[in-house]
Amino acid sequence: MRLSSIPISAWVGIAGITLALFCALFAPWIAPYGERDVVGDIWLPMGGDFPLGTDNLGRDLLSRLIFGARTTIFVALAATVISFSLGMLLSFTAAVTGGFVDQLFSRFNDLMMAIPTLIFALVVLAVLPQQLWILILVMAVLDSTRVFRIGRAVALDVAVMEFVEAARLRGEGTSWIIFREILPNTLSPLLAEFGLRFAFSILFLSTLSFLGLGIQPPAADWGGMVKDNKDGIIFGISAALVPGGAIAGLAICVNLVVDWLMKRTSSLKGGRGDA
Amino acid sequence: MAGGGPITGPALSTGPAAGGEGLSQSAPVPGALVTPPTGVVTGTFWRRFTLRRPLAALIIQRLGLSVGLLFAVSLMIFGGVEALPGDFATTYLGQSATPQAVENIRKDLGLDKPLTERYLNWLGGAVKGDFGTSWASKNSVSEQIGNRLGNSLFLAFFAALVSVPLAVALGMLAVQYRNRLPDKIINVVSLAAISLPEFFVGYLLILFFAVQLGVATFPATVYDSMGFGERLSAIALPVATLVLVVLAHMMRMTRAAILNVMSSAYVETAELKGLSAFRIIAKHAAPNAVAPVINVIALNLAYLVVGVVVVEVVFVYPGMGQYMVDAVTVRDMPVVQACGLIFAAFYIFLNMAADILAILANPRLRHPR
Repeated sequence: MRLSSIPISAWVGIAGITLALFCALFAPWIAPYGERDVVGDIWLPMGGDFPLGTDNLGRDLLSRLIFGARTTIFVALAATVISFSLGMLLSFTAAVTGGFVDQLFSRFNDLMMAIPTLIFALVVLAVLPQQLWILILVMAVLDSTRVFRIGRAVALDVAVMEFVEAARLRGEGTSWIIFREILPNTLSPLLAEFGLRFAFSILFLSTLSFLGLGIQPPAADWGGMVKDNKDGIIFGISAALVPGGAIAGLAICVNLVVDWLMKRTSSLKGGRGDA
Repeated sequence: MAGGGPITGPALSTGPAAGGEGLSQSAPVPGALVTPPTGVVTGTFWRRFTLRRPLAALIIQRLGLSVGLLFAVSLMIFGGVEALPGDFATTYLGQSATPQAVENIRKDLGLDKPLTERYLNWLGGAVKGDFGTSWASKNSVSEQIGNRLGNSLFLAFFAALVSVPLAVALGMLAVQYRNRLPDKIINVVSLAAISLPEFFVGYLLILFFAVQLGVATFPATVYDSMGFGERLSAIALPVATLVLVVLAHMMRMTRAAILNVMSSAYVETAELKGLSAFRIIAKHAAPNAVAPVINVIALNLAYLVVGVVVVEVVFVYPGMGQYMVDAVTVRDMPVVQACGLIFAAFYIFLNMAADILAILANPRLRHPR
């Protein structure tokens, strides 16, 4: 693959993701003020000492945005990684074992998917204590149902191939077949899916935080920042739109890259059209 | 697939989930979850009925499946919540939770009774439309829901009314100009649109139309004595938000579904025969594309029902979503469970409708395997 073959839209996406990751990694060094420091009057306009203005408590919006990148990306990424590990492990097990295990997992997955994700999350989070690892786990488990469905479909395609049959006849165990035969052959379609789920995780986390059920204050996180500043909207103060724009921007960037990855894998298959 | 519904747009356009299987499976009701009850009870009669009236039997089977699924969901919403750690009484009292006080509250709310008894009571009430009383406000949950469900449906109905025709038209336009400028523009714009969180779109619209231009109202409060016209103008912005959020998904999925048909062998044959583009679409592609498109629409309507939650919170609209979110923050479990069950019921119903409509539109689905 040559660098020049990457379309502009994908470059834009890569640049955006890099910027967000840079902010997340080096937040304490590049943020002009502290995450929780009250540095000025409330809802100061953009410009001057505060490039993006201040928020509802007088904290610097840019600094909180940079620190928020850290929380948002970390939680979304952790949830996506866990959901993928869980979903892929279960779906591959189901596809390789077949029979009763497959039926059990698939029907339970259908049941989980019969409840809308957000509603399910609201019901579960209403009961559980509000802690970060619980939030990550709930997001991961709910998301893994989607991974399971895709993973099973992909793995079933591979599981009937001759080399899997050969491995079985060789007497390899289930875990060998899953990790050495199926996994390497399903990675590329699942990579695009990973990006897609990551973008969805960011949006989902932000939605939960916006509803007051995600990351709890005073930690900065983009969805929570929208919630903090939403009352300013009526007075024409756009502070809430800045973190909202950041969420949208990052999700768009991830989607642009995923779009390109998907087009690439589908053209490799030599399909007619891009359906 | 609500939450999931949203981002499955691009996934559908490629990869293993594409094609017939992905589409026909997208409703969460397939499989043999609850076929036994109907089959076992009616025995040989059911067999004869299946042979004589295959279509009716299939539809009845789907209906039974949905009812069973709904029952399982109710068990999950109630039982799962009970099984999870965390206790309303302890949370409610906070620091001042002495064992005695916790005990009293549990007794007050009837939490000291055994789990099965409470579940059966709750389910029995729910079937009759009685969801008990709210823990926080001591009001009847059903009464509140009765007021708010109508508001939410009002909102979702108008959003669907605008978005469905628009999405199908844009999707067809994208297919017509595939890989040319209009398609590329639609592709990029819709890719951006599915990445926008609902609240961002909502606040953007509020800032622009309500605050700066002053042509729309915010907050979007509606009350009983309001006229129909007033109501419509109050929900203009929430509807616009919902349409923007749902439109991109629906359009992308429509495009993928139609393209899927357009790339099949018989359309290629028609092309090679030298038929005109219009004739190919009208005579060969459209009848086969109806089923997937109907499926797409139903799935997105199901998503709309959930999208209502965030939009209602943004616009302070007195609907089910806001009621549920408020209840979740104070851990008012009867309200949360009732709203959860109702949302899930709508979701399951729309998915079932998608399934049945797809079967009606596509005779091939009547003979699985």
